[in-house]
Amino acid sequence: MAEFFVSLRDSVFGMFSYGFMVRALVGGLLISLCSALLGVSLVLKRYSMIGDGLSHVSFGAMAVAMAAGLAPLQFAIPIVVLAAFLLLRLNENSRVRGDSAVALVSTSALAIGVAAISSSTGVNTDVYSYMFGSLLGMSKSDVLLCVVFSAIILVMFVLFYNRIFAVTFDENFTRATGTNAGLYDMVIAVLTAVTIVLGMRMMGAMLISSLIIFPVLSALQLCRSYRSVVLVSAALSGVCFFAGIWISYHFDDPYSIPPGAGIVLINLLVFLLFSAVSFVRRHKKSVSGQKAGG
Amino acid sequence: MALLSCRNLSMAYEGHTVISGLSFSVEKGDYLCIVGENGSGKSTLVKSLLGLKKPAAGEIVFGNGLSANGIGYLPQQTDIQKDFPASVREVVLSGCLNKLRGRFFFSKKEKARAEETMSLLGIADIRRDCYRNLSGGQQQRVLLARALCATESLLLLDEPVSGLDPLVTKEMYGMIQRINKSGITVIMVSHDIPSAVEYANRILHLHGQSFFFGRTEEYIKSDLGSRFLSAERKERKNG
Repeated sequence: MAEFFVSLRDSVFGMFSYGFMVRALVGGLLISLCSALLGVSLVLKRYSMIGDGLSHVSFGAMAVAMAAGLAPLQFAIPIVVLAAFLLLRLNENSRVRGDSAVALVSTSALAIGVAAISSSTGVNTDVYSYMFGSLLGMSKSDVLLCVVFSAIILVMFVLFYNRIFAVTFDENFTRATGTNAGLYDMVIAVLTAVTIVLGMRMMGAMLISSLIIFPVLSALQLCRSYRSVVLVSAALSGVCFFAGIWISYHFDDPYSIPPGAGIVLINLLVFLLFSAVSFVRRHKKSVSGQKAGG
Repeated sequence: MALLSCRNLSMAYEGHTVISGLSFSVEKGDYLCIVGENGSGKSTLVKSLLGLKKPAAGEIVFGNGLSANGIGYLPQQTDIQKDFPASVREVVLSGCLNKLRGRFFFSKKEKARAEETMSLLGIADIRRDCYRNLSGGQQQRVLLARALCATESLLLLDEPVSGLDPLVTKEMYGMIQRINKSGITVIMVSHDIPSAVEYANRILHLHGQSFFFGRTEEYIKSDLGSRFLSAERKERKNG
């Protein structure tokens, strides 16, 4: 047993001895935190699919940028922000219903991306890492971008906490008190877009939206107040990220699991665990309720 | 001066004029019920009173230092709220949002106000409970408490008893009546004409392009009022 912990400790500390791992950990941890915070609003407002749609748009934009030889991040961020505006508008008022609109936009973006890749480089390791993430994906400037944006998101979230709660819980009431609810929706969509583009390098386009949805869903199983949902999902997101990265780092012989997949699997495990606890809890309550009633 | 007066109001919904030439006023302490069929423009009127929608013509004037932001609004429940993880206290406290102005966080004063309102409506002992686990009646109480936190003078209630069983409905009406007696003006949108006549002292009935506005006693004697009330009575007998 003791030997196991020693080797686990060595393996965990070993991660920090590589520059690229430290970058991945710092950048990824910040992205996880931000996506969990944004995820609370998105999941509760039934906008989770927007996150998924944006990740596909993000992939399409990256692919086009690669094919055209442009800087991927600088090209993708404005495109995805634009898509976020569009999806939100489509959700509010249009002939195409919100969920169909998301499917429409995400498959189109994917098709454009695939077409761009096939007609230029073909599916190589770069493309693979965009789809499923890579520990090596974070450059120094990427990490710097992550730090700056995460700081902005965290500060904004804390400052506007009360208003974000009100807008999420009841948009009509919040509008009636003179708060510009539409603006908050827009800001949340834009921040989500940026988070997705930044997180995509490590998580992969196909898996990044899980970072937004999973921790919140797990927290929702057990929490009974908004504040606890926010805190628990942020904490879970960080812990699952760390565990997922460790899996990707540790099991690299002969083939490594991409970090995105590792993180999602850990998140899934936590979700199942929390659901089970919630189920047992409810079951207990209904049994004791029956006893009290009878 | 009236707390709120509408002069010659016209309202359009998706390009169609639903109401035109609507004038009425609400005095301090009034209990006004707005009744009318679906599509008669009740919701559009509510949105205009709250300042969320500009009327096509006419004007809405507030008196006694009231503004559209100072109305305590109880909206109809949305799907999102039904399984929302928020404690009762969090929801009630969010009613103080219009007092934040430029600030970011609630002060002691606003927290105390939320506590006070919860005690007033008898939900202080469930303040830590989760909103989604409450019964329909308790949820409406919480939303009423939130509305009370948002106003000093005027409550605007949009069908506050829809979906509640008869006993809880009666409790809710009683609570609203008590609040009104304590000096807060109430405007309630309702489907329930018999109860409107029982509790309100003013009735606004929107009916096609025409409308009735006046004292409840006048409404009962009016053409429109007697027609609707007798129809309701017949239905109750048969049902």
